[in-house]
Amino acid sequence: MNRKNLFTVALLALLSLTLPVVSFAAVELLNVSYDPTRELYQDFNSAFGKYWKKKSGQDLTVKQSHGGSGKQARSVIDGLEADVVTLALAYDIDEIHDKAKLIPENWQKRLPLNSSPYTSTIVFLVRKGNPKHIKDWNDLVKPGVAVITPNPKTSGGARWNYLAAWAYALKQKGGNDAKAKEFVTKLFKNVPVLDSGARGSTTTFVQRGQGDVLLAWENEAFLAVNELGKDKFEIVVPSLSILAEPPVSVVDKVVDRKGTRKVAEEYLKYLYTPEGQEIAARHYYRPTDKKVAAKHAKTFAKVKLVTIDKEFGGWRKAQTTHFADGGVFDQIYSPTK
Amino acid sequence: MHVAGGLKKTKSTKQGRGLGEPALVRWLLIAVTIGFLALFLLVPLAAVFSQALEKGWETYLAALHEPDTLAAIKLTLLTATISVPLNLVFGVVAAWGIAKFDFPGKSFLITLIDLPFSVSPVVSGLIYVLLFGLQGWLGPWLQAHDLKIIFAVPGIVLATIFVTFPFVARELIPLMEAQGREEEEAALTLGASGLQTFLRVTLPNIKWGILYGVILCNARAMGEFGAVSVVSGHVRGSTNTIPLQVEILYNEYNFAAAFAVASLLALLALVTLVVKTVAEWKVRQELANN
Repeated sequence: MNRKNLFTVALLALLSLTLPVVSFAAVELLNVSYDPTRELYQDFNSAFGKYWKKKSGQDLTVKQSHGGSGKQARSVIDGLEADVVTLALAYDIDEIHDKAKLIPENWQKRLPLNSSPYTSTIVFLVRKGNPKHIKDWNDLVKPGVAVITPNPKTSGGARWNYLAAWAYALKQKGGNDAKAKEFVTKLFKNVPVLDSGARGSTTTFVQRGQGDVLLAWENEAFLAVNELGKDKFEIVVPSLSILAEPPVSVVDKVVDRKGTRKVAEEYLKYLYTPEGQEIAARHYYRPTDKKVAAKHAKTFAKVKLVTIDKEFGGWRKAQTTHFADGGVFDQIYSPTK
Repeated sequence: MHVAGGLKKTKSTKQGRGLGEPALVRWLLIAVTIGFLALFLLVPLAAVFSQALEKGWETYLAALHEPDTLAAIKLTLLTATISVPLNLVFGVVAAWGIAKFDFPGKSFLITLIDLPFSVSPVVSGLIYVLLFGLQGWLGPWLQAHDLKIIFAVPGIVLATIFVTFPFVARELIPLMEAQGREEEEAALTLGASGLQTFLRVTLPNIKWGILYGVILCNARAMGEFGAVSVVSGHVRGSTNTIPLQVEILYNEYNFAAAFAVASLLALLALVTLVVKTVAEWKVRQELANN
């Protein structure tokens, strides 16, 4: 009996805790994002906060949550109350529609440029002096080269890495799907460890000194070089890479319930303004605004970029073909070699 | 030299206690144990503190004053303040019931109490996502009533309570069973009420055991990573506890700050060890006095 009362008391105590969370906050947004955008959104939030204060007089706090892109989408599906999601790839936001119906199916059409205010690409990070002479994708399949990349099953960045390698093989003379599969298989034979997220792989390469080359987001590679020493690492830009479009969306069901739609939409639109683009460029995301892009043209190497829509028929198709259970990645990668 | 000295000792112990291991074996075992302890416990512990203080006291203190870190410390303290007393009450009640009374299903109850020990913390976290998540059983109802459980403080508290559930009870049950029921029975025959018996007889006997259990429970409550990570949502400044904050700082290449925050947990561990040693010693004394 005693225990039953105790349980009731405990439950009441817990419920009472939820009250302050529910009651009147000023304006607060939650941006659920993927791993490498922490620094970008820290800057962007304070800039947008000032802009919004001027425009509406409201004090705005933007809270951030970061993690592997797929995992973050899962949290939103399970009820993490994100006003906006800014994830690594469109498929993860598609999942929020498919599994929880929190956003409409056509979410990606609502903002310009496939709802991707900034883009990025995949580059190589190598150790200073490039001791293994890694210049392009075909150097990655040579014996004795250890490649660090996260797991495509869990990491958005890793899926871009994988598709970039595939696209490279397709574009070679006589390239076809079978050849590409063989190439990517060989590449993954050279991968000693798969971390679950992009940041984890960077730490493995940079901090723990494993591997000869890290396949990384361009912005992540820049950040690693800047934070941890220009004398230790070099960025190598391959002959061809993939145009990575990390998309953004308002989470309709959440903003409508919380009454934050207006500010949330404004927040995302601000990413497209010259101010927003400038902040993105400063954090090494490729700006889509022509003027800002021209200003930062020196930072970003010119590289031939293929797109997911043209080369792979969009994310849904790429996901089913390559990364779903039993897909191509499952066929070519076995942890016990 | 050691061997000679050891041999003599072997002889004396042989006579004294009847142990027959050669000295070399004993020394080897002791050396292995100490070496193992040093390698796996002392070196990492020292590393945490040296890394934390690598850039000096000022950076160390600044790292602890950072708003998100402060929020994480507050949340961790809040979580422990709620979950430890609840588990203390539960633990004492359960141990009292199990050790002093006989009833059908007793061993099943003990098994249930042990459940959180045998379940992986990640699974414990997922249980709550399945129950309270938007796609879970109670999720839609909770949302309709604007109640947040997971990805908010209540979820973190619930997961912590689950994980630290057995600590107090597990500590008290063997102690109370060893002490037996005679004293309580004597008190009852002399006319004491149930509550009086508990407060005047049982409680003084188990106070050190309780302290020990509470300390262990608290250490786990503050240090839990897996279960809390699953239900946290990782919102900065609101749903990160100290262990989660350590991971975030480490991933942001902010190593000094990560280790500074980690050193708080290491300090907690050291305090726990000291109190634990004292409490254990007291428990043994009490048993001996009985």
